[in-house]
Amino acid sequence: MKYALMGGLATSLMLGTAVGAFAQSAEITIESWRNDDLTIWQDTILPAFMAANPDIKVTFAPTAPTQYNAALNAKLEGGTAGDLITCRPFDASLDLYNKGQLADLTGLAALDNFSDVAKSAWSTDDGSATFCVPMAAVIHGFIYNKDAFAELGLQEPETQDEFMAVLEAIKQDGTYIPMAMGTLDQWESQAMGYQNIGPMYWGGEKGRQAIIDGTAKLTDPEWVKPFEIMAQWGQYLGDGFEAQAYPDSQTLFTLGRAAIYPAGSWEITGFNNDADFELGAFRPPLPNAGDACIINDHTDIAMGLNPDSPNADAAKVFLDWMGTEEFAQLYSNALPGFFSLSNNAITLDDPLANEFISWRADCQSTIRSAAQILTRGGTPNLWSAMWTASANVINGIQTPQEAAAGLQAGLESWYAPQQN
Amino acid sequence: MMPETSNVRKRPFRWHILVFLGPAAFVYTVIMILPLAETLRLSFFQVDSVTRVVTFVGLENYNQLFFNVYWVGPFTKALWNNFLFFVIHMLVQNPIGVLIAALLSMFHLPGKKLYRTAIFMPTLLSFVIVGFVWKLMLSPLWGVSKGMLSSVGLGSWFMPFLGREESALITLALISVWQFVGIPMMLIYAALLSIPEEVIEAAECDGVTGLAQFFKIKLILILPTIGIISILTFVGNFNAFDLVYTTQGPLAGPNFSTDLLGTLLYRTFYGQQTQPGDPNMGATIATMMFFIILVGVAIYLFFIQRRLTRYEM
Amino acid sequence: MAVSRARRNRVAELGAHVILLTFTVIALFPVILIVINSFKSKRAIFRDPVALPNAETFDLVGYTTVFTQGNFPLYFWNSLSVTVASLFFVLLFGAMAAFALSEYKFPFNRLTGLYLALGIMIPIRLGTIGILKLMVATGLVNTPWALILVYTAQGLPLSIFILSEFMAVVSKDLKAAGRIDGLSEYAIFFQLVLPLVRPALATVGVFTMIPIWNDLWFPLILAPSEATKTLTLGAQVFVGQFTNNWNAILAAMTLAIIPVIFLYVLFSRQLIRGLTAGAVK
Repeated sequence: MKYALMGGLATSLMLGTAVGAFAQSAEITIESWRNDDLTIWQDTILPAFMAANPDIKVTFAPTAPTQYNAALNAKLEGGTAGDLITCRPFDASLDLYNKGQLADLTGLAALDNFSDVAKSAWSTDDGSATFCVPMAAVIHGFIYNKDAFAELGLQEPETQDEFMAVLEAIKQDGTYIPMAMGTLDQWESQAMGYQNIGPMYWGGEKGRQAIIDGTAKLTDPEWVKPFEIMAQWGQYLGDGFEAQAYPDSQTLFTLGRAAIYPAGSWEITGFNNDADFELGAFRPPLPNAGDACIINDHTDIAMGLNPDSPNADAAKVFLDWMGTEEFAQLYSNALPGFFSLSNNAITLDDPLANEFISWRADCQSTIRSAAQILTRGGTPNLWSAMWTASANVINGIQTPQEAAAGLQAGLESWYAPQQN
Repeated sequence: MMPETSNVRKRPFRWHILVFLGPAAFVYTVIMILPLAETLRLSFFQVDSVTRVVTFVGLENYNQLFFNVYWVGPFTKALWNNFLFFVIHMLVQNPIGVLIAALLSMFHLPGKKLYRTAIFMPTLLSFVIVGFVWKLMLSPLWGVSKGMLSSVGLGSWFMPFLGREESALITLALISVWQFVGIPMMLIYAALLSIPEEVIEAAECDGVTGLAQFFKIKLILILPTIGIISILTFVGNFNAFDLVYTTQGPLAGPNFSTDLLGTLLYRTFYGQQTQPGDPNMGATIATMMFFIILVGVAIYLFFIQRRLTRYEM
Repeated sequence: MAVSRARRNRVAELGAHVILLTFTVIALFPVILIVINSFKSKRAIFRDPVALPNAETFDLVGYTTVFTQGNFPLYFWNSLSVTVASLFFVLLFGAMAAFALSEYKFPFNRLTGLYLALGIMIPIRLGTIGILKLMVATGLVNTPWALILVYTAQGLPLSIFILSEFMAVVSKDLKAAGRIDGLSEYAIFFQLVLPLVRPALATVGVFTMIPIWNDLWFPLILAPSEATKTLTLGAQVFVGQFTNNWNAILAAMTLAIIPVIFLYVLFSRQLIRGLTAGAVK
């Protein structure tokens, strides 16, 4: 196979891999937090792989997301974790790699099929080692009920003013809840709120880099402005949104009771199944007409190898398969909204997924602002702090300024570049 | 020289004590104490996040916990919340337990067994189910609690109980009371039934009946049971974490208003989503929890239980 | 006079019924809500959550999903065997240790008692990594024995704590008589003392059983394989953060609740007999 030809790197290991993989049958297990995707892996993805590799039996063994970290951590420490490990992006996986709990995959043939940008989420800072095979990115935006918009005679908003006008119009009409979002689980406020609308204010990658370099502060107006907008959201959310959990928000929208859903593209599969109205999507609104468009196109999910895996050979066969066009095509279409990061040209069947991905043509992309470097070690953790701050702002517990000041103070307390 | 005769009188080694204690001590030590000690030991170390070098740091982690504002703040908040959580249990769960047990024991009611079984039922449910069903019932989307309040004319009392800082912790404590009230009920019921008939008859001869009898005689006699229940409640509450974790998530929202020592510990130790775990600080928090519980239990054993035993039958 | 007293009792009894009935409704309502909604279609669940399923809203889709996804009879059997085996060891080892502590004077008796009670004060979950390493080293991972050992260790402190209170009040004359008859210490324990504290064993049994049956954490870490999965873990698969398949969740929960209720009703007579024959003092 391909990688057996790559003599330059760690030859003995690689040769062992190639020989071992085909000499005997093996069973490999995948650790993942995506328990929603269980049936898709079982019925679609794994059968395709096992048809081509009848000697390798693969099991997808997801853990509920709330327990994934703790369970995986314990199993890695104890040496019972599965062979393949689903990787969260950036610092979380880098931490595992530094602990020696993710194998160095540099040189794996599959990685040639991914751009450096895609690989950066699962590489060391200097790019010298890559430890996960990128799977997918997710794009933030808003999904809406097309039937409801048609009924109320509304257009997709393009700017912040239009967006507020649409919300107000839906509220005035009263048939629908303007927006389905709850703050009980907190992460929604962060991911679908702050990280969704924020990049256009803080300038995407440029702004993110400025925080990392210490040349900008989270209390600067461009970082506070998204909070100010979110502070107005509360009045357009459903009654009692403070106690509304994530599945409640999904249900509220798919039952047709709410008109707009602040989203990530990962919702598409579920919404397609559950909603019996026509779905549309629009980009996060521009601050002002004519501004540059920046979307949050977050490298979100990848697959790494447990260095203690007794079936590393078979697992690498699987990882290599994940770099193929076949996998990219299969995965992207089985889970529309998880957009393959590979260089293979993919054709998507799902119209909503195509809508999301079309934004890449007109907009610059950025990733979630706190994902890289800013959550590396250090207390308080900026990512977690952003959950609480975002929910607090929507709930009205904190003003946008207070929330931003809290985040900045926390970051400054341990992050050297922000301390001067 | 032969040894002195006193040696002959010394009892032979009593192997049976070892046989009786052995299995429990062995399983308990190997499966519980050693792994726990191993965890607590971590509180004296730190690990460099990049190089992975492990350094012995003495009490530095404790210094952090008590003097770094980003540790001491959450810690004292969780401690205070935990204290409130416990107080609510003591004020609501145990009196209700006493009330139900008293009613069950005072009358020969038909259907008594049914009541007992039903009220004990929530205790049998896992936290996953309890958290899920209450979240659903209190959810504004489902509207069950709103509908029920409206049906008795209190519709305006409805609010997103779990989503507001001022009500979330109290709501969770009451859910926990709902779940566990069966335990004090059962234990107190049993204690009431085991009060000797003679005591009751003597009281009746003295003309002490009804409520007076309950408060002046029975309640005093079951105080040791109430003491045991209190200490079990204390230990349980200060170890609690599952309910908060399943309903409010790892960050114990809103704004950490439902953070207990257990949730703080769990989040610190194992991390959450992209927040990496910190076993060393986690172990430090765990050690402090252990001391808090130890102090609580010691206070009970040395100050309260001694007084209670005076009244024992 | 007698009549008015009887009437007053009648009124008091009625009052007692009302209060108890209120608590019963509060206790049962959420459980019933889960069960009735598990038989309804998703739309009906949200349209009218408190309505009983009728011809129009009746839907078994939750159950079909759950049964195609998981082997619930097997999970049930796993939960049952682990719980029963753990209970057996907790009660046997716990009673033996409690007997030794309460019956004999020996050096460090009090200290041993304190040592064995320490475990009440700290959650065993903290020792997870050490436990997992131990189970890996002994090859017990993904066997029921890993769980049985952990639950035995977890249940021992409380059972020793409670049982030694009971052992202390067993009549000294009885044991002395046994010794005069030439019974060995083992015979005294198994033939004389153990039958007398059966009520206490029942009490400890129930309080030990509940957390074992409902535990999610150790099955997830120590025995997550399909062959050893417990009922609580099997049901949890349907209640993830990213899951909003309400039908399947409610069906899985109903399937997890019904066996516990059944077991409890089965044992509750023994329990209350046990409790009333010797209350915790």
